[in-house]
Amino acid sequence: MSTHDIDHSLDSFGDSTASATRVTPGNALRPEDIAIAQAKPSEQVAEYALRLGDDALILAQRLSHWISRGPEIEEDIALGNIALDQLGHARSFLSYAAKVWDKTEDDLAYWREEEDFRSLHIVEQPNGDFGVTIARQLIISIYQHLLYTALLESSDPTIAAISAKAVKEVDYHRDHAIAWTLRLGLGTEESARRMRHALDVLWPYVGEMFEDEELHATLGDVAVAPSTLRAAWDQEFSAVLADAELALPTIPFAMARGRRGEHSEHLGFILAEMQVLARKHPGASW
Amino acid sequence: MATQQEGGGRLSAVLSPEEQAGQDRFNQIIAEDSRIEPRDWMPEAYRKTLTRQMSQHAHSEIIGMQPEANWITRAPSLKRKAILMAKVQDEAGHGLYLYSGTETLGTPRDELNDQLMTGKAKYSSIFNYPARSWADMGAIGWLVDGAAIANQVPLCRASYGPYGRAMVRICKEESFHQRQGFEILLELSNGTPAQKKMAQDAVNRFYAPSLMMFGPPDSDSPNSGQSTAWKIKRFSNDELRQRFVGMIVEQIKILGLTLPDPDLRFDAETGTWLHMDLDWVEFKAVIAGNGPCNAQRLQRRRDAHNEGAWVREAAAAYAAKMARKTEVA
Repeated sequence: MSTHDIDHSLDSFGDSTASATRVTPGNALRPEDIAIAQAKPSEQVAEYALRLGDDALILAQRLSHWISRGPEIEEDIALGNIALDQLGHARSFLSYAAKVWDKTEDDLAYWREEEDFRSLHIVEQPNGDFGVTIARQLIISIYQHLLYTALLESSDPTIAAISAKAVKEVDYHRDHAIAWTLRLGLGTEESARRMRHALDVLWPYVGEMFEDEELHATLGDVAVAPSTLRAAWDQEFSAVLADAELALPTIPFAMARGRRGEHSEHLGFILAEMQVLARKHPGASW
Repeated sequence: MATQQEGGGRLSAVLSPEEQAGQDRFNQIIAEDSRIEPRDWMPEAYRKTLTRQMSQHAHSEIIGMQPEANWITRAPSLKRKAILMAKVQDEAGHGLYLYSGTETLGTPRDELNDQLMTGKAKYSSIFNYPARSWADMGAIGWLVDGAAIANQVPLCRASYGPYGRAMVRICKEESFHQRQGFEILLELSNGTPAQKKMAQDAVNRFYAPSLMMFGPPDSDSPNSGQSTAWKIKRFSNDELRQRFVGMIVEQIKILGLTLPDPDLRFDAETGTWLHMDLDWVEFKAVIAGNGPCNAQRLQRRRDAHNEGAWVREAAAAYAAKMARKTEVA
């Protein structure tokens, strides 16, 4: 029996059998399209795209570890899907950035050294228990939703187009994180205790998300200065915590300088795992 | 039913008039090649056989996520990483449809999951072999998913409606997975010498276990007769194994690799492919729990379940609170 026969024998079952992973027209922007498009960023725009791409890539790498380890199979699927969305955003931003150096998304993901990554410390933090992962998702998804919404107005058409696709997906990530924050905050004493702990563990790394760099001022309308997202983020985040009967942590922010290539101790291990196979076979294609 | 009734076609004087009518209707549906639906009367043994088969299939999807999830974080390109993540997610989805299908026969998912975690229920023994290299992602897709498709396409016509319908969707996705696996191997085979070696090594390790996925030889398959009479099973283990060998023997040529089978030849007289003797002692040992990864796979499932207990309790407590609120309002 060939695969052709299999398809043929399934034809009679009609549209109800369409794949769950089918690409819909609204999702048509692919990293491959960006890689071959004419648009090429300036070096500074590429630096900005690296920041967006690296956050998404490292978060995807972290989240993907949940697949086959979730508290329910439905959560294996949900967290896997969020990881896959983040990976898609990362691929698009990195494909775009790579063009200025005549490289590819894979050159950037697999062949850069730790200090060349521009990710935030918050995305590098270990998954912890499900509560820590949900708290990290709540922090990040509200942030990314505000950021990508603002970037719809970016004067760089590629950044705006990637953000337009990303914002729709991150909206679901935010719904997922909010729904679980409510369940865990209001569920049992144990779950509320774990959520309080999770917020304390992650809070030190929230400050870095809103720090402006010279790059933002230089890029003007292309980028969004992170400090401008702070008030809206505070309001939305506090409202969710209030609904979940969880208090805002009062812990001070840590010095975190991921944007300058000064990372947490975790990133080295994340990259060691992610890059090991590709680096064993320099020049190979997969 | 007043007595354990094994056969679907045999009539017995101990059936009540309602049961007799149910049995007659069941026999008629099977004879017409129609579908049995969840609310239809069915013999207990039919229900039991299907519950066992469908839940084993669901467990295989869930356990089968592990060897592939093992490579998500190390996938050698971002595109391959995305494809692999989507594939493992599909498997979780297949597990869910199959558990839902099994629940229509009256056994809740929690109970099925307990059977898996306690080792009472089985799953496809191939997932007890380790996925040691990236090429295993290719071999698993091409050979393991390929064997699964050969087994499952006929199940799209299984007499139990929810099973047949679940299989239609699953086969569509599996067919996609098989092509992905084939493509991984093709790329490796055309790559560097080290990549090609990796691909051949993976095919060498997965060939015999994938042939064993069709189950014991027909001469040693005690349950097959009844399943065939009930039109759950449409072809024998050996017939399906044959078809599969015939398919991969052509595809391996395109891959530029070889099948590790010195006895493989086409027998023109019978029109069948003859393959090497398979190690059924090893097969039984792996099913009995002594494969390289049985303990690891089950422990991972138990850990995920136990570590998630507080999450499920919180979700249930929250749902109960919300339900009370709605009642009051």
